[in-house]
Amino acid sequence: MTHAIGQGVAGPSTTGGSGMLDHVFRRMGFGASAEELATFARLPQVGVIGYLLNYDRAPDDVDAKINNAAYIGVTTRGLFSPNSVINDARQRWLFRMVHSQRPMQEKLALFWHNHFATAYTKVAGAFGQEHGTKMMDGKASEVAGQRRGQIQLFRDMATGRFDELLIEVAKDPAMLVWLDGRLNVRARPQENFGRELMELFTTGVGHYTEDDVYAAARVFTGWNLRLSGDRTTALTSYYEYVYSAAQHDPTAKTFTFPVMPDGSRTIPARAAADGEQDGVDLIRALARRPQTADRLARRFFAFFVSELTAPSDALVTGMREAYLNSDTSIKAMLVRLFTSSEFLEDASEFARYSWPIEYAVRAVKETGWAGLSVDAAMTPLVNMGLQLYEPPDVNGWALGPEWFSTSSMLSRMNFAAALMANQRFNLQKASEAARTSPEALLDLQLKRFTPAPLPDNTRTALLDYLRQGVTWPVTDAQLASKASGLARLIVGSSEYQFN
Amino acid sequence: MNFTRRQFVRGGVTAFTFGFAAPQFLTDLALAQSGGARNLVVLYLGGGNDALSTLVPYGDASYYARRPTIGVPAGSVLQLGTDSAGNVLGLHPALTGLKSIFNDGRLAVIQRTGYQNSSRSHFEGFDIWGTANPGNSQGTGWLGRYLDTLPSPVDPLVGWNTTRETPRPLIARTVGVPSITNPATYSFASPNTGAEAGYERSTAQRISSHLPADRPHLAFVNSTAQAALGTLDRVGTVATYRPSLTYPNNGLGQALQAVAGAMNRQIGTKVFWVTTGGFDTHANQNPVNGAYNTLMATVNGGLISFYNDVKNQGLLDSTMVILFSEFGRRVTENGSSGTDHGAAGVMMALGGLVRGGLYGTAAKLNTDPANPGLENATADVRYETDFRAVYARVLDDWLGANSVSILGADFRPGAPRIL
Repeated sequence: MTHAIGQGVAGPSTTGGSGMLDHVFRRMGFGASAEELATFARLPQVGVIGYLLNYDRAPDDVDAKINNAAYIGVTTRGLFSPNSVINDARQRWLFRMVHSQRPMQEKLALFWHNHFATAYTKVAGAFGQEHGTKMMDGKASEVAGQRRGQIQLFRDMATGRFDELLIEVAKDPAMLVWLDGRLNVRARPQENFGRELMELFTTGVGHYTEDDVYAAARVFTGWNLRLSGDRTTALTSYYEYVYSAAQHDPTAKTFTFPVMPDGSRTIPARAAADGEQDGVDLIRALARRPQTADRLARRFFAFFVSELTAPSDALVTGMREAYLNSDTSIKAMLVRLFTSSEFLEDASEFARYSWPIEYAVRAVKETGWAGLSVDAAMTPLVNMGLQLYEPPDVNGWALGPEWFSTSSMLSRMNFAAALMANQRFNLQKASEAARTSPEALLDLQLKRFTPAPLPDNTRTALLDYLRQGVTWPVTDAQLASKASGLARLIVGSSEYQFN
Repeated sequence: MNFTRRQFVRGGVTAFTFGFAAPQFLTDLALAQSGGARNLVVLYLGGGNDALSTLVPYGDASYYARRPTIGVPAGSVLQLGTDSAGNVLGLHPALTGLKSIFNDGRLAVIQRTGYQNSSRSHFEGFDIWGTANPGNSQGTGWLGRYLDTLPSPVDPLVGWNTTRETPRPLIARTVGVPSITNPATYSFASPNTGAEAGYERSTAQRISSHLPADRPHLAFVNSTAQAALGTLDRVGTVATYRPSLTYPNNGLGQALQAVAGAMNRQIGTKVFWVTTGGFDTHANQNPVNGAYNTLMATVNGGLISFYNDVKNQGLLDSTMVILFSEFGRRVTENGSSGTDHGAAGVMMALGGLVRGGLYGTAAKLNTDPANPGLENATADVRYETDFRAVYARVLDDWLGANSVSILGADFRPGAPRIL
């Protein structure tokens, strides 16, 4: 069945065959390379979905492929230092998006990066670029104290229990800098984190009062940071969470909603030494509020299924119950989502506006990367509006149609141009068999690239373009021009901007 | 999450895209419309500007009592004199350029602007200021609704957003405002050269001109691409603009230089959107020589360069800048030498026809529970002038529009006479 609104993007149904496999990989990852399509073509849909979601079973070997010529390159200025230089961290994350055998893990890390949107600039402004980079995305096995960065925390806990994820986020050094938790002290509580915890991380506006914000600020007094390890250099030392009892406000805090397991709305006065439990109680309560469950369900639906239509009440209810009945298991909620008819129905295909990074990584995976560096995507991504580790504010990026402005659309079209210029020779070689006619070349490229279905006028315009200035069959030089020009027009088309 | 723009994509795409239909005709139209036309530059200070550090009530002992570490010292403020209630006020010491504009009689400072039950959320607050609708902040923006009143077809460059995302205030029903962050990089690249590159551009233009009514989301992206391709050449002329002075080399300075360039090149733009961020000063505000001082220096450097540049070009009388933030901040400093989210803020307006001066009255900052100038148990400054009254003055007396229909209510009574 097909929703009328879904036709808004996709037009007539095109699913079935490899179309649905592409769809699953676009949603649960960043698109599929030709090799991935070949590998998974014979698995049933449910098997592919299960494989992608239960990624713990897949090898976690992607970083070992960095600097291997068979994979996309990284561009180093000196030693490649993804744990201490933020642009190298960006390249490592992009590399993982292109080549990880656990694409869903990277996709969820991106989801949580937007949900708990923390910006590197402020963290580095407080503690310098080495600590800032480590705090954002340090790899535990490669840094002092084995303290993982915030994005690594998301990778580790992406499908676990949401209340536990929230507690770790509240203790995360980057978050303690970003929302000023490290400055929240009993003498004068500082409400930045307490407010956003409710407004953005859990229930959303309308489900708490200003007095709840003030109480939440007092709850988290004393949640702080300290410098540990060999403190002589930034590389050998690390910041870690510490609960500072002396800075905690031990008096009772009353909310407008239940915060204690017995349903009480008041967190009782506690000895300062036990005051850390205040925050745990509040977070566990917030994670279990039905408004939090519904908000997460809707955000997951928009991220994985459709931005063009709202989830059915039945699906939201099902996701909420799966989550609340499993001690806030994110995976339980996601299983309900990915086994819903909405996820696989034709109307959901191309029913999302591609995020810039979804667009760029998928373009690379479908085009090929021999001789390409992920660095080529870095500046274009800034211009498209998504720089990793640098969300515009704690509310994350503006999604959906808001990714699209004239300048960001130009950046997308120009990224396609730069990518195809880089891959000009490879595209020519891949197109040899199609040098006979414009139709053959267009058909070949539409097997390689996955735009939403092209309207007849677009198809006609592309064929007219292929005929301009040449007669078919074309020469090698003409084939290079037309193959790269056609690829940039397809990947730069509006149809390709849907995911 | 924000569903409004997608609802609008669903419902209004045909009308929305109409303006992009005939580039050459529209270019002529823009030139015809631009002669002597007034323009409005809206500057948003992102994060909730601490009004009490921008405009300092340095005669109020409660100010220093409640801000023992971050109060701006009385000896350093740039004195503006007294408001109508006899309060002495001064600008932050970094605002020397704004002080000179004030001395020229061309800077209006409007105290305690806001609205009842001020939102303390950045996002809801910004949307309320953007829609001018505290009751429902998810609709079109006030500037967007103004652009919607212009006779159609509307030239796409009638608005110019210098940021990447279209902000709430510019969201319109029928007009898509282009986002032009840097005129110099607003161009179309190709993997080929010469005629082949030209074929690509004309093909992209042709494809994007197709706006299928049965696929509104595709039509929306196509219309965006079309607006980009249709405005490239005109925007390119702005990249060659050489200002009469050197702007600060930061985001705000460069954005304002592009605005002056667009005015100089007679692009025909009526509304420019400019922002500068970093005002969410929960910690280490250090107004005298730290973070807040830097923020003020950025605002001051950009605005005085812009003011002098357009003045040198003889465009000052057709230029008006208004400045706002989504809320003011808490009166009492917090434990981390910063301030938390508060209520009423300060707006400013400058331009060749602006009637300079201090508007409104400062709140007394004492913690007497009956203090009428404060709210939220005397934690926050209560608004005195509805921000929509300022919008009404700008719409009616600067843009020649009808503020009652655009704002949905009559805010003219009590609107400060800044023009």
